Amino acid sequence: MSEPVLIRGGIVFDGTGSRRADIGVSNGIIVDPADAPTSAKVIDATECVVSTGLVDLHAHLGEPGDEAAETMATAGRAAVLGGFTTVLAMPNTLPPVDSAAVVEHVRVLAEAALCNVEPAGTITVGGQGKHLAPLGELAAVGVRFVSDCGPGVQDPLLLRRALEYAKPFDLTIAQPANCEALSVGAQMHEGEWSSRLGLTGSPAEAEEIMVMRDISLARLTGVRVHFQTLSTASSFAMVGAAQRSGVRVSAEVASHHLLLSDADVADYDTNKKVEPPFRPAADVDAARSAVGDQLVDCVVSDHTPHTTDRKERPFDHAEVGSIGLETALAVALSADIAIEDVLRAMSWRPAELLGVGGPAVRNLTVGSIADITVIDPKEKFTVSNSLQQSAGTNGAFEGSTLRGTVRATLVGGDLVVDEGIVTK
Amino acid sequence: MKHLLSIDELTVDDVREILRITPSFAEVAQRRIAKVPALRGQTVALLFYEDSTRTRLSFEVAAKRLSADTLNVSVSTSSVNKGESLRDTAETIEAMGIDAVVVRHRSSGVPWQLTKWVDAAVINAGDGWHQHPTQALLDCYTLQQQLGDLSGSHIVMVGDIKHSRVARSDVSALTMLGAEVTLVAPPTLLPPAIDTWPVHTSTDIDASLASADAVYLLRMQSERQNEALIPDLREYTTLYGLTASRAASLSSTVPIMHPGPMNRGVEIAADVPNLGQVVVVDQVRNGVAVRMAVLFKLLGSGAADLPILTPHPSAVAAAV
Repeated sequence: MSEPVLIRGGIVFDGTGSRRADIGVSNGIIVDPADAPTSAKVIDATECVVSTGLVDLHAHLGEPGDEAAETMATAGRAAVLGGFTTVLAMPNTLPPVDSAAVVEHVRVLAEAALCNVEPAGTITVGGQGKHLAPLGELAAVGVRFVSDCGPGVQDPLLLRRALEYAKPFDLTIAQPANCEALSVGAQMHEGEWSSRLGLTGSPAEAEEIMVMRDISLARLTGVRVHFQTLSTASSFAMVGAAQRSGVRVSAEVASHHLLLSDADVADYDTNKKVEPPFRPAADVDAARSAVGDQLVDCVVSDHTPHTTDRKERPFDHAEVGSIGLETALAVALSADIAIEDVLRAMSWRPAELLGVGGPAVRNLTVGSIADITVIDPKEKFTVSNSLQQSAGTNGAFEGSTLRGTVRATLVGGDLVVDEGIVTK
Repeated sequence: MKHLLSIDELTVDDVREILRITPSFAEVAQRRIAKVPALRGQTVALLFYEDSTRTRLSFEVAAKRLSADTLNVSVSTSSVNKGESLRDTAETIEAMGIDAVVVRHRSSGVPWQLTKWVDAAVINAGDGWHQHPTQALLDCYTLQQQLGDLSGSHIVMVGDIKHSRVARSDVSALTMLGAEVTLVAPPTLLPPAIDTWPVHTSTDIDASLASADAVYLLRMQSERQNEALIPDLREYTTLYGLTASRAASLSSTVPIMHPGPMNRGVEIAADVPNLGQVVVVDQVRNGVAVRMAVLFKLLGSGAADLPILTPHPSAVAAAV
């Protein structure tokens, strides 16, 4: 069993609010600090925020199939260093997660990760958008989220059927919003910068048309659609309006969309080629407000590791995506989003949407599972490939100075990050 | 100035300076032995990922007239498609100890990426739809020969602006020198956010030609029909081509330009290139002189008044 821990002097933030308190951990469970054994390891949390563990609803972890870019072991180290105690693993792996057998395989692989890994499944067989995957079989082995990743399900009838069919299984249908036909060949956002840089752009409307469509399908079927990594002001506004009118939708934004804009692509840094693409500054502002105003539920890492050679190519041949597990929290804090909004969007709300552990993971009360992140929200650091835990080398923030570090992470009471260093 | 990547990275003084020194280099070409020792001992690599006989030859002649050694690296399209790392190619060239890389690539941005991996001067000879700065400089030089100071002159550019690096570079350079630019194209062939460009736009070629001081035609590629950007080439020619009658409506003092190669019968009627006001050959000739000026600016000793342009020793020997 893990050694007992006493977290002393911090401000505790959880689903119930904030308070100055010490937290004791013994046998993987939160205990009254007075009951912590005298042998407990003391973590000095002065000036720090003590939060329920962060939950990432969107990360690509490499395994199975892309071990050259990332493994469960390296991704898990990156996750806990970034403060995440639970990560939803995206299913567009090799093989794709479209059967119970692959789900079980992912669970076995995930034993190498220091954080909890929840496998997501695909909506359609192979994520190919043609035939429904066995959603009942996936749900039966504990899958809670399904997504086809990539541009998402394009065929509206197929998505309607998926929403209807999933009803009895308590599955969340998650959709990236990207109309493939309108964004063919796109390398970045279509606008002033794509015009200047001579790169094919994808207009904001390629995303917004799908948001509009899928809100309609959520209304038609009465089944919730979870929008993955939205990025435009109109998308956030439409989701907000749908929520107010009672349509069941939820949404996430990738942390990098809170800080970078299309102008940042001007140096042709292929690590800034992401999907959806970086948008104009007005959309970045809208994304920040959307987190505070709860138009979006979650901030996610959209961690997408690649080997160096896949990015050291001409911009239009480079792969899409940036790593993000180790920077997501700091990026959100550096975007000047209030700490309670950041924690709601990165811990309590995604935990609720994922449904793991019931209310336990959302509160740091005695008897809860000790998934805990200790954050110094003011400390600055410079992002460097050489210091990171992820095997992926493609970080959009390489060389940037960000604010907000993780001092300690406990997963099930196990102190896996101490003084900002992975202990295992 | 370490590299020449984009007109947008130059100041108006940089542009004027290159145009100012270009005649000295043009003069070298007139000599019996058209060669000066300005860049003797330096090596210029011509890294062409995309076929372009005229631009490659122009740079090669320019480098040779300055006595630089040239190294032709033609990279097959297949190795690019196989995903050969740009960095590997760059580092291979770097290891050979070259002084400048002239790069042409079908992907926008490649010259910027190269600067991260090589110490040599990088000269952009055309990247995707993005920039072709020496083309813009030679076009400005040619226009100045024809019109004098470009300030206030009206340049009408017609064709596929969206996919054109020539348009992007020329618009920057021409407006920098004070010219008014009108882009004439079907709306599908204009870049997005065109309102952020310092230009006028029009879909009426006849109205635009009426006030033009110079006409610049861009190459129209037949692929654009397949992308639903235009219905067909015939309609394009009718609406946007420089037909014989449109050419006849122009004053004979209005120069007609084209970056080449021309599609006769599409953007320009078959016999129009034979008119006296067509300056396409001047563009090619000036291209060598402008590229000599650029190579000299980047690799030369930086001497202010070009004393280095004395005749090559072999020329002196030959004269004796």
